[in-house]
Amino acid sequence: MPGVRLGAPDRIDIRKTYKLYIGGAFPRSESGRTYLVTSPKGDELANASRASRKDLRDAVRAARKAFEPWAGRTAMNRGQVLYRVAELMEGRRDQFVAEVAATEGLSGRRAGTLVDHAIDRWVWYAGWADKIAQVLGSTNPVAAPYFNFTIPEATGIVGLVGPESSSLLGLVSRLAPILVSGNTTVVLASETRPLPAVTLGEVLATSDVPAGVVNLLTGLKKELVPVLAAHVDVDAVDTWGVAPDDQVAVERSAAESIKRIARRPRGVTDAAFDWTDDRAAQRPEWIAAFLEMKTVWHPIGA
Amino acid sequence: MDMMATDTKQSAPVRAPSSAPSSWGLGDGQAIPWEYAPAPESSEIVTIRDRYGLMVGGREVPSSDGTTFTTVNPATEEPLAEIARATEADVDMAVKAARQAQSKSWGRLPGRERAKYLFRIARLLQERSREFAVLESIDSGKPIKESRDVDVPLAAAHFWYYAGWADKLEYAFPGRVAKPLGVAAQVIPWNFPLLMLAWKIAPALAAGNTVVLKPASTTPLSALLFAELCREADLPPGVVNIITGPGEIGMALVTHPDVDKVAFTGSTAVGRKIAQGIAGQGKALTLELGGKAANIVFDDAPLDQAVEGIVNGIYFNQGEVCCAGSRLLVQESIAELLIAKLKDRLATIRVGDPLDKNTDVGAINSRAQLDKITELVAAGVAEGADLYQPACELPERGYFFRPSLFTNVAQSHRIAREEIFGPVLATLTFRTPEEAIEKANNTPYGLSAGIWTDKGSRILMMVRRMRAGVVWANTFNKFDPTSPFGGYKESGYGREGGLHGLQAYVRLEDR
Repeated sequence: MPGVRLGAPDRIDIRKTYKLYIGGAFPRSESGRTYLVTSPKGDELANASRASRKDLRDAVRAARKAFEPWAGRTAMNRGQVLYRVAELMEGRRDQFVAEVAATEGLSGRRAGTLVDHAIDRWVWYAGWADKIAQVLGSTNPVAAPYFNFTIPEATGIVGLVGPESSSLLGLVSRLAPILVSGNTTVVLASETRPLPAVTLGEVLATSDVPAGVVNLLTGLKKELVPVLAAHVDVDAVDTWGVAPDDQVAVERSAAESIKRIARRPRGVTDAAFDWTDDRAAQRPEWIAAFLEMKTVWHPIGA
Repeated sequence: MDMMATDTKQSAPVRAPSSAPSSWGLGDGQAIPWEYAPAPESSEIVTIRDRYGLMVGGREVPSSDGTTFTTVNPATEEPLAEIARATEADVDMAVKAARQAQSKSWGRLPGRERAKYLFRIARLLQERSREFAVLESIDSGKPIKESRDVDVPLAAAHFWYYAGWADKLEYAFPGRVAKPLGVAAQVIPWNFPLLMLAWKIAPALAAGNTVVLKPASTTPLSALLFAELCREADLPPGVVNIITGPGEIGMALVTHPDVDKVAFTGSTAVGRKIAQGIAGQGKALTLELGGKAANIVFDDAPLDQAVEGIVNGIYFNQGEVCCAGSRLLVQESIAELLIAKLKDRLATIRVGDPLDKNTDVGAINSRAQLDKITELVAAGVAEGADLYQPACELPERGYFFRPSLFTNVAQSHRIAREEIFGPVLATLTFRTPEEAIEKANNTPYGLSAGIWTDKGSRILMMVRRMRAGVVWANTFNKFDPTSPFGGYKESGYGREGGLHGLQAYVRLEDR
């Protein structure tokens, strides 16, 4: 198993154990299971943790615990935390390039482009943190003596089924808009290309993102997606990485507790989507998908 | 909206009961011997026909299999009219009519012209407001003063508000081009039949969509009169289609493959079925579902105002309101006093003929709903809560229910957890703001909340902590077309009203 190589060949390298990221810790799956991750050409890359339903439930618990404090941070603070992720990714750029290249079977140059976009995407969304409320909120001129305003708030826990093809840039593009408004997440990484997601978890752990805000699971989607969709303490699901054949079942299950559902845009496939197209792949609507609008009334009078 | 606030003048002090502290001089809730002469609103202004068809493509047609159902007056249990019962073939025909109108006429009309039609509808609703109000009260059982002062004026205001957006979409969503979604399937409830119609149709039409709307089967008449008003406005045929029938027909409508957008207001159970029914179809969906709102009264609240707000919050429209303040959370130190004041206030509420201009609480909408309320109130008693009802007389016929107040309620009681959709208030107490927050949010619902306190910083803290889409501070049950309305959690998603309500009917494209 050659693994993902960094550095000089004349030294026995230290291989990484790819683990889950739950509540700020890096456990193996409680089930003890792993699965083999290969490159698109079939080279063996690593054993990834094969998360269980129990791991997923633990992740939801961690996300729930982290929600109120994270949503309660000031918007500017959340923006700085997201920007900090970009700073740390920049420092680990070579590692991400090597992993994306190996995982997605790309040249180093192409992988570099994808990683650069992923880093820049954090910066783009970081800047949104303290602007969302001004763009999407409103004061409302009601026809009576009341002060009335509407503010956006985070929905809660978002279950993110990560893009299957784009292991890092796709994941970051869906994750950052969920986080910036104060949601917490349980992420199912790409099943076939999970390694960069795990490394992203290591970056998040050493950045200022509080424990439990992002929880990353690797494993088999057929095992995990139904549990995520059905979990009643998950408030919303991003179904981007759900296989088309499974979409109906996921939505039916999510409807049981009236979850908000985000989908790939009509006519877009996971494999063909161009994540480097900034116009298409970074959008304020993707922030709005996981917001609740709260309207407040107060009388005006002496 | 403060319908019941209008009669505060009548709530004169009553004799102090021996059980209440003498300093209050209040609290036995005995009916005050005020005699009111009947003040019935004349129903002559309304002509209710024996039969109504479906309104499809600008024409009134019978259902394809000729079947009908009956709508009754819930205050008298008398049948009002026979209504066509749509079939799946009729649904298909209505969607086709809407599609054709969207692609051939309405969707091509400049926003400026759509606006003029909507202004015209708003004006016609104002002109015919008394007729709509009387019809609404007859068919739904709600008091005439509510349909006259709330439902109909607000419905007209919604058309007025969204009319102005029709030719200003480019300013509504800067940097984006707003396109209509296409055909909207809209299913509305029986508690505010005309108002819910307006909430659905006005933004849809403003954005260039056409609609097929199904009113609730117990309250179809105002929607059918509205269809007539559309003809009077010379609205192009097929832009607004009204089909009538039971829930299955609503389901057939929302799942129709040529529908682009689904909007539903009703129970969480049905909303869930709808979301499941259209799973994977890629339709835009907004759901406005049930609620179990907490109305939280702190010890520094202006108590007399709070009492009015509590009464308005739960007894407005017989409590058949999704955002009703059905859980009263009172700070322990003032609970006894507040409950005493509330009982006195309840004694002055007049229950009876919806068409009487003095009536505060009219008829429950249907026998089925009355049974549900009765069952839940019985469950409250069985589970150990204390029930108080004023000694008001109920009419001999019709679906009436006494305003009910439960004290000594536990969070686990059904009356504290389930949406009753009736004039039933469950009172719980708290000591600290933190306890109030925890109890208020301890529900799968999240539609609305009320906060009563004189302390501004506490209001804003509570506003932030409430997981609810509408928060009324020192007021309750206020509505306005500019004000977004909708829920958190299992109370649904999407907003109606305001700019946010408009967004639910557009597809945003890049410039």
